[in-house]
Amino acid sequence: MNLWQNYIQPKNLSEAMDAFANAPRPLAPIAGGTDLLLDLEQGRHSPVQTLIDVTGISEMLKLEIRDDMLFVGAGIPVNRVVADPLTARHAQALVEAGSLIAGPQVRNVATLGGNVAHALPAADGTIALLTLDAQAEIASASDTRRIPFKELFLGPGKSSLKHGEELLVGFYLPLQKHNQASCFKRIMRPQGVALPILNCAVWLERNGNQVNDIRIAVGPGGGTPFRATETENALRGKTFNAESLNNALESLLAQAKFRTSPRRASADYRQHIVDGLFRDVLGTAWSRAGL
Amino acid sequence: MMNNQISLTVNGTKHTIDPIPGETLSTLLRQRLRLTGTKIGCEEAECGACTVLVDGEPIMSCVYPAARADGKNIVTIEGLAGEFTAKSAKNAKKNQLNLGDLSELRGSNALHPLQEAFVEHGAVQCGFCIPGQIMTAYALLKCNPNPNSDDIRFALKDTLCRCAGYPTIENAIIAAAESLRTGEPVRKPNVPDSIHEHKSVGHTHTRHDGVDKVIGTAIYTDDLVFDGMLYAKAKRAMIPHGFLTKLDISKAKALKGVVSVLTAEDIKGEKTHGLVIYDWPVLVGIGERVRYVGDAIAIVAAETQEIAEQASALIEAEFDLQPVITNPVQARQEGQPQLHPNGNLLKHIKVRKGDMEKGFAESDVILEHTFHTPTTDHAFIEPECSIGVPLPDGRMEIYVGSQIPYQDKTQVARAMGWPEERVRVVGQLMGGGFGGKEDIMGQIHVAMLADATQRPVKLLFDRHESLLVHPKRHATQIRVKIGAKKDGRLVAAETELYGDTGAYASLGEKVMTRATTHSAGPYDIPNVRADCYAMYTNNPPAGAFRGFGVTQSAFAVESMMDMLAEKLAIEPVELRRMNSLHVGSITNTGQELRESVGLTECIDRVDAEMRNYNPNPFVPRVVSALSGATRQGSVDEAQVATRPSTAGLDTSEKNTRSTRPSAQDGYLVRAWGFAAAYKNTGLGGGAPDISGADVELYEDGTFQVRSSSAEMGQGLVTVMRTIVAEEMSVSPSKVRVLVMDTDLTPNGGPTTASRQTFVTGNASRYAAKTLRDEITATMAEKYDVRPERIRFENGIVHVNGHSMSYADVYREMNALGKQPKVRYVYEAPKTQPLGTGGDMHFAFSFGVQAAEVEVNKLTGEVRVLKVISANDVGMAVNPLGLQGQIEGGVMMGLGNALTEEFIMDNGNVVTDHLARYRVPGIMLTPEITSIIVEHPISTGPYGAKGVGEICSIPTTPAITNAIYNAVGVRVDKLPVDQEMIARELWEREELK
Repeated sequence: MNLWQNYIQPKNLSEAMDAFANAPRPLAPIAGGTDLLLDLEQGRHSPVQTLIDVTGISEMLKLEIRDDMLFVGAGIPVNRVVADPLTARHAQALVEAGSLIAGPQVRNVATLGGNVAHALPAADGTIALLTLDAQAEIASASDTRRIPFKELFLGPGKSSLKHGEELLVGFYLPLQKHNQASCFKRIMRPQGVALPILNCAVWLERNGNQVNDIRIAVGPGGGTPFRATETENALRGKTFNAESLNNALESLLAQAKFRTSPRRASADYRQHIVDGLFRDVLGTAWSRAGL
Repeated sequence: MMNNQISLTVNGTKHTIDPIPGETLSTLLRQRLRLTGTKIGCEEAECGACTVLVDGEPIMSCVYPAARADGKNIVTIEGLAGEFTAKSAKNAKKNQLNLGDLSELRGSNALHPLQEAFVEHGAVQCGFCIPGQIMTAYALLKCNPNPNSDDIRFALKDTLCRCAGYPTIENAIIAAAESLRTGEPVRKPNVPDSIHEHKSVGHTHTRHDGVDKVIGTAIYTDDLVFDGMLYAKAKRAMIPHGFLTKLDISKAKALKGVVSVLTAEDIKGEKTHGLVIYDWPVLVGIGERVRYVGDAIAIVAAETQEIAEQASALIEAEFDLQPVITNPVQARQEGQPQLHPNGNLLKHIKVRKGDMEKGFAESDVILEHTFHTPTTDHAFIEPECSIGVPLPDGRMEIYVGSQIPYQDKTQVARAMGWPEERVRVVGQLMGGGFGGKEDIMGQIHVAMLADATQRPVKLLFDRHESLLVHPKRHATQIRVKIGAKKDGRLVAAETELYGDTGAYASLGEKVMTRATTHSAGPYDIPNVRADCYAMYTNNPPAGAFRGFGVTQSAFAVESMMDMLAEKLAIEPVELRRMNSLHVGSITNTGQELRESVGLTECIDRVDAEMRNYNPNPFVPRVVSALSGATRQGSVDEAQVATRPSTAGLDTSEKNTRSTRPSAQDGYLVRAWGFAAAYKNTGLGGGAPDISGADVELYEDGTFQVRSSSAEMGQGLVTVMRTIVAEEMSVSPSKVRVLVMDTDLTPNGGPTTASRQTFVTGNASRYAAKTLRDEITATMAEKYDVRPERIRFENGIVHVNGHSMSYADVYREMNALGKQPKVRYVYEAPKTQPLGTGGDMHFAFSFGVQAAEVEVNKLTGEVRVLKVISANDVGMAVNPLGLQGQIEGGVMMGLGNALTEEFIMDNGNVVTDHLARYRVPGIMLTPEITSIIVEHPISTGPYGAKGVGEICSIPTTPAITNAIYNAVGVRVDKLPVDQEMIARELWEREELK
C-alpha cells in the first residue's frame, strides 16, 4: 500500500499553488515528513494521492532580517534554524526549543513549519514562537497575509490553515533589544512517547530590577498554545523579587488549565512541577536580559 | 515540476532511476541498489539504524521520500568502506565467519578509522545498529574533529543500540577522532586480561565478524534475496480473546499478485507449536479460540510486500468475543474463563526448605511487602525475519536468525508433517536476541507458503508486528516476607509470585521456576518457602528474556533486603555480606555449593570501589543548583533543561509562604544503592544439557569449529574460536567458526540460560583436545616417539626435534587415511529436578552492583550517574567481549528500572510502536565500572561460567535502593515513576 502516488517538488510558491490547484487529490503538503509519513503509515492521517514537498520552496527557505523583523522560513530544517547566528541573537528560546525537538537526524529534515502546523498546543517550537510574539505568514493562491501566531491554532491538532490551499511560509519575530532576552525549557519523562510533560518559554524586557514587559507561554496549558497573560500582568512593571514571583506563580496556577494525560502526567503533577520550571525559565531569561 | 526521473549520487556513483510511488530512501538503497548495509529497525524514525548522510548530514532514510533525494549526494556505510566492500562479499549460506585479522587490514585504507575503532574497542556486538552508529559518528567528526563525551552523546542521542555498547561506542569514536587528527594508528582499548594465565583464552580478541559488521557487508536475514521470492504477511486476529466464527479469504485470493492464501485447514502436520508445551496454534481455525491479539488466522504470499499487506487487509474475519483475562491474579480467581484445556494455571511452582513456622517464630523482625514488575520487550533492533526456500529434492531450507536452530527444525517438520531430515535451518546473523528469538515466529508460516507455491517466501515483521507477537518478559506480582535476627542473620523467607505467561506457555514454566528458586536472593537462609503461580492470560505470551525471571524476583528481594537493613539499622552491604552464599552453603533448593562462589568478593570489591567515591554512600548528598549547573559529564539534555537557575534572582527575601521545595533549596539529591544477585548457568532442573561441536583441520593448516549454537551478538563465536586456538596452539586467525546450520553443524542446544560459553565452550575445547590427542597418537606412531615428546607451540607441532606445520600434519594424516576431524558431544554435569534436593544447577554466577543516582525532588526525575558492577564469571575467556556483555547488561537493567514498560489495555497492546516503548539511549548511559571476579568452576572451560544474564540482574534494585537512600521513597512497582516520587515528596511536605 503506497503512501503516496505523486510526489511534487515545487521550487517556489507559485509552483506550489499550481500544484494545489491541479494535482490529484486528496493531497497534503509535506515538509520534513518525519511526523506526516508515520501518521499516514499508522492511519492517523487520511490517505493521500499527492504529496507536495515544501522543502524546496525558495520563499520558505529564507532566514533574514526584513524591516526590523527576523524572518524564519517555515521550510528550513530545525537544525539550521538553531545553528543560525541570527536566531541565536534574536530568538534564544527558539534555539533552545529547536535543539530539543526529536533527535539530531530528525532535526536535519524536520521543519519549524511542520512543528507548528501540527497545531499541537505544547509543541516545543510552538511554545517558543508564542512567547517571541511571532507573526505567521500565510500564502494562498490569491494572496499572502500575516496573522498573529496564536491565530494559527483552533484546537488540539486543528490548525486554521486551509488544508490543501494555504501554506505556512514563515514567521516574523521582533528583533531583540539589549535589555531583552528569552528562554525555553521543558520537563520530560523517560517512558513512552517523547512529548514534554511540561514546557515553558519566557521573553522579557528588563530595566534594572524592574520587569518592563514580559510574555510567558506554558504547554500544555489548554487546547491551544497557552499564553499566561495574567501572570504577565502580575509581573509587568513590577520589581523582580520573591513577592512578585510568588504572585506570578499564583496567577499562573489559577489561569493555566493543566489536564491529565494518561500515562504521562496528571494535572496535579503538572500543577506542582510548573513552579520549579517557571522559576527556572524566568530566572534564566532575567539574568540573560541583565547581561 | 513533476519528476519523471530522479538522479542521485550514492557513494560516488550516479544513479538515474524512475521514482516509485511511496518509496523511501531506505527502500531505494536496500532493494533497488542492494546496499543492504543500511538497516531497518523500526521504520518510524526512532532507532537510527537507517541513518545515511544526505549532502553531508545524517538523516533517517526510513522516513525520507526517495524522490527528495533527487540531485543529492548520499553516503552509506558501504561508501565509507570504499574499495573493500567487493572483496569481502560473503556467502550467507555458509555463515562463515572467516575474515582475516583486523591487523591485516589496518593501514590498507580498507577501513575508515571509525570502522577500525569500533571493532578494536568492542563496540560491535550484534552489529545491526552499527551502520547507523558509524554514519552518525562520521557526520559528527566531519564538523567536530575533537568531540567530547557530551558532543558524542548529543549526536548519537537517537541512535539506539540494544546490546547497549554505548560506553565502547563512545570510546571508539574518541579513539577514531584522535587517529584522524594525529594520523597515528587507532589507539587500542585498555582491557585487563584474565587473572588465569593462558595463551589465547583470557586475552582480548576482536570479533572476527566485526569487520563485516562495520563495513555493511554483514548479511542478516532480510538482506537476502532469492530468485522468484515471494513476500508474506500474516493476518493477525487483533482481538485478545474470542472464537473465530467466520473467515473469508476470497477477496485476498482474487487480488492481482497474490499467489497463495493459507488458513488452518492447510496445515498438513501438527496444528500447534511450542518450546516445551505444544499449545500455540500455527494458525487459529474456524471455531477455535483466539487467545491474544497476535494470533495468526491466515497467511498470504504475494509478488511484493505491498500486495501481501493489501491482501492481508482484505481478509475478513468474525469473532465471538469472550471476556478478557488481563493479569495472572485474575486468571487464578474462580469463575474466570479457562484459556487452555488444563485451565489457566500453567504451573504451580514450589520451593520448600526448613520449617517456616519455626523460622518466623525465631525471627526478631519480620517484614512483608508486595512488589510489581511490568511486561517488557526485548526490542532487539532487528525485527524477526524468516525465509523458506523449497529445494528440488523436496527439502526445505529456512533462513532465520534463531536462538535454537534445531528446535526450529523440529517444529517446522512437525507442523509440515515431515520427517525432520526434510528441513534445514540455515541460521543467519542476528541483530540481537536476548531471549526473544527462541520461539517460532515466521518459520512455519514461510515453510507452508514456500511448500504451497514452490517458490522462496520471505516473512519480515515490521516493528509493530514484532511488538505485538513475540513473547515478552513476564509481568509479576511478588510478595516477600522475610524474618531476621536482631544481628541481621536471615532466618526465614517466604515468597509468593504470580507470573503472567500470557496466551501461550513458551518457556513460561522454566522462567517462573527460575524466578521462584532465586526469589529469596543469593543468601544462606535456613527456612524458605516459595510458591509461584505461572498463569495464562490474554496478553501476548511471555517467555525467555535475559535474566529469565530472576530480574523480577531480584528486584523484590533486594528491595526487601534494604528495607530490612533500615529496620535493623545495619548497613545494607553488611547485611548482605553476613548472609551471602559461600562455599558450603545450601541453596534454597537444597544444593550444596562446593566451589566457585565469588559473591563475597563481589560484595567487597564493589563496596570498596563505591567508598572510594563516597565514604558514606547511602547518606543523601545535596547537590547545589550552581554546582549542578556547572557539572561536567553525562547530562541528559532534557534534564539540563529542567535544572532551575537562580542566577540573577533577588533572593534576599526568603520565600516563606510556599510549602513546596523550591529552586532555592537543594533539590538535587544524590545517593548510592546496592544490590546482589545470583543466576544459574545452564538449563538445570534435570534437563540433559548437551552441546556438540566439530573441530576439523584443513589442508591449508587452518581449523574450523562448528556448532549450531547461536551467535546473536553476545560473542560466542569469538569464545569458540579462542578456545580452539588455545587447544591447538595456533593464532585465533587460523580458526574459522561455523554456527547455526542444522545440516553442517552439530546440535549445540538452545542459546539461553547463559549456557553457551560453558557447554559449547566445553564441547569446542574437548573436540580440539581430542583432535590434538589424535594428532599426537598418529605422529607418535609414525615417528616412533613417546607421545610426551610431541609438543604443540605457536602453530607448529614439534615431533622429536622435527617441526611440522599444521598443513604438514594434514598431509601426513591424510596419507595415513585419517581424517583430522573430531565431533565431541559434551554433556554438562547432571542436575536434579526442583524438589528432589540435589544439584539443581551445575554452576551459578554471582553479581553485585552499586548505583549512584541523582533525584530531582521537585520533579521526581531520576538520573543514574555511576554503576559499579562486579561479576563472578569463573574465568574471563574474552575480556573485551565480556566487557560488552557487562556494560550492555547494566544498560538493559537501567532500562528495566527507568524507561521500559510494555503496556496492555484489556489485552490490546498500547505500546505497539517503538515510539511508545522506550529503550535507553546513549544519553542515559552512566559511568560504568566493571570488576571481573574469577572464582573458577572446575567443570567449566578453563573455569568459566555464564555471564550473559547475571550482569543485568542487580542493576534495577541497585537503582531503586539508591532512590530510597536519596529521597526516602520506596519504589515497589516498575518502572520508576517520577510522578510517584514527586507526589510522595510533596505529600510528605504538606503533612509537615
